[in-house]
Amino acid sequence: MIRSELIQKIADENPHLYHRDVERIVNTIFEEVISAMARGDRVELRGFGAFSVKKRDARVGRNPRTGDAVEVEEKHVPFFKTGKLLRDRLNKG
Amino acid sequence: MAGKTLTRMDLTEAVFREVGLSRNESSALVESVLGHMSDALATGETVKISSFGTFSVRDKAARVGRNPKTGEEVPILPRRVMTFRPSHLMKDRVAAGNKS
Repeated sequence: MIRSELIQKIADENPHLYHRDVERIVNTIFEEVISAMARGDRVELRGFGAFSVKKRDARVGRNPRTGDAVEVEEKHVPFFKTGKLLRDRLNKG
Repeated sequence: MAGKTLTRMDLTEAVFREVGLSRNESSALVESVLGHMSDALATGETVKISSFGTFSVRDKAARVGRNPKTGEEVPILPRRVMTFRPSHLMKDRVAAGNKS
């Protein structure tokens, strides 16, 4: 399923809404999750899962082509943990 | 880093502010977005949201695990797990936003 199919499903269920409003609604939800994580916040959606930010320490990496050592700075990466309900559903049937 | 936790309520509020719908309807829409994504994943379908990320379902083979407390061997049955791969846009924004 891709974004446009998700939007279409929601639009089909809500014939009273303009398609462009459904698009805005779906986009707003995803945008809100990204901007929360960009602020360092967590987003916890019970039953679905939780989005959080993990810190990766600075390290000395290597250029795989030349073997040269390069400093890799500390950075923050997005992380998702599947919720219990969804995890259980994946394994049923 | 702020360290706040957002929930469905905050997503509902964002939808409420963005489109002129009631809070109730905004909440129902947030729920149906998550519901459709969950339904697709439950059937093993990959959910790919451009510029957000990709949720995919993977099959894990059976293996022998160990109870870390007792050291006892326990069989771990084959199971399905979900993985999330963030888009480049998400990674970039999260990295930029949390730079110290």
